[in-house]
Amino acid sequence: MTVLAHEFEDEELPAWSLPAEASDSIRIRAGWPERVTPEWAWGGSTGAGVRVCVLDSGVELGHPLVGTVQRSVAARKQEDGTVVVEDDAEGDLCGHGTACAGIIRALAPDCELISVRVLGAGYTGSAAAMLSGLEWAIDEGFDVVNMSLSTTKKQYVDRLHELADVAYFKRTMLVASAHNMPVESFPWRFASVISVGSHELDDPRVFYANPTPPVEFFARGLNLDIAWLGGETITATGNSFATPHIAGMCALILAKHPELTPFQLKSVLHLTAANVR
Amino acid sequence: MSDLRAAVAAGVFAAEDAYRSLLRATVEVARAIFHAKAASVFLLDEAMEELVFEAVAGEGADTLVGQRFPADTGVAGWVLVTRQAIVVDDLTADTRFSREAAESTGFVPKGLMAVPLLAEDKALGVLEVLDRPQQSRFTLAEMELLGLFGNQAAIALDLLQRARRARAALDGEGELGALARIATRLEDGDEERRAAGLQLLAALEQLL
Repeated sequence: MTVLAHEFEDEELPAWSLPAEASDSIRIRAGWPERVTPEWAWGGSTGAGVRVCVLDSGVELGHPLVGTVQRSVAARKQEDGTVVVEDDAEGDLCGHGTACAGIIRALAPDCELISVRVLGAGYTGSAAAMLSGLEWAIDEGFDVVNMSLSTTKKQYVDRLHELADVAYFKRTMLVASAHNMPVESFPWRFASVISVGSHELDDPRVFYANPTPPVEFFARGLNLDIAWLGGETITATGNSFATPHIAGMCALILAKHPELTPFQLKSVLHLTAANVR
Repeated sequence: MSDLRAAVAAGVFAAEDAYRSLLRATVEVARAIFHAKAASVFLLDEAMEELVFEAVAGEGADTLVGQRFPADTGVAGWVLVTRQAIVVDDLTADTRFSREAAESTGFVPKGLMAVPLLAEDKALGVLEVLDRPQQSRFTLAEMELLGLFGNQAAIALDLLQRARRARAALDGEGELGALARIATRLEDGDEERRAAGLQLLAALEQLL
């Protein structure tokens, strides 16, 4: 646990046990209705106050479908091989990050968007950049991190797993794209993140809970009109576009119910899925 | 060249040709199945951090093989780095992409499907299918099909790279060059040296 120590240094010591007289001191407001409905979960929400991070190829500034991006940083590889996260003005190196940001913005118009560019550190630096970017996002305490990406490199899996668990207990919900090929990739396979695959319907707010994980939810991922480079719009398909739909729904729910932990948020998503209601 | 070396070399060269043909056949079938204008496999050159056109069917088949571009930008770079398959249409709206595509390939695709080529935990490259008919609405079943082609292309690309490494070893360039040279010396040496050499090799084998 030594690696993680710095992430908790400003916080109270965790409780390792519960004395009999202390149960009142940890009373948690339930406030859940008898039946969790979409109206209770996100009705009237615009995502205001929720900070959503897009860990991707960067986000084009000034794109009409994206609007304001509160902050843009990039994970850059240094000459000595280490990666640093610093403010960035290069925008998007591919179009993909802009697309994800646009999808989140369409669902949660008033959320804050933060871009962490992890592409462009060179091919060999890419997994290290992804980890450094994620670590930065967790340290910043964002509410939701959209990860429409994955790695297959085994040497990074343990650290990625550790970071996913830290995020889970720090109330940062990681939403990650599932893989649709028979290959072991991460972080979407971890239980502490939400993993997303695609369905074929056109409704951006419709999602399904999968009774047979590791893919946990299916969201809109087929033939979408998405934001792309140059202020343009293109049509696209992929799990990586289904993922920001769930990230956007998380923003809507958290804006209305900021007290929810990732565990509870995932439960609300489950209870409001189109095949569960 | 010794008999042994010649025999191994013939095997390796023949294999390399066969695997290149297999890869070429895979992109041709991918192109035909999706009724696309072109299909290509890019090989990742990890040392140079570049993607190289390795096999091309359709548009650009005669000119593109061997061309290179940075491995961490553009749609192909994104697919490689993030291990995620995507399909994009109306790409001509992206003027930067159009200009770069035109400069490097002389061909501006309207749309492309791209899938990473993976072998265990390594990314070997990217399979792209360009300009499937715009009027047909894409389905998730096609996405699955693209994944299956990607799997096949990855196996062919993996075999091709293994054959190339074997050739490099025979040429004395790779890590195993010393083994190839020892095989040559064994073939060329007189009976006595050969017997002594084989004894040494047996001892080495036991040690390892």
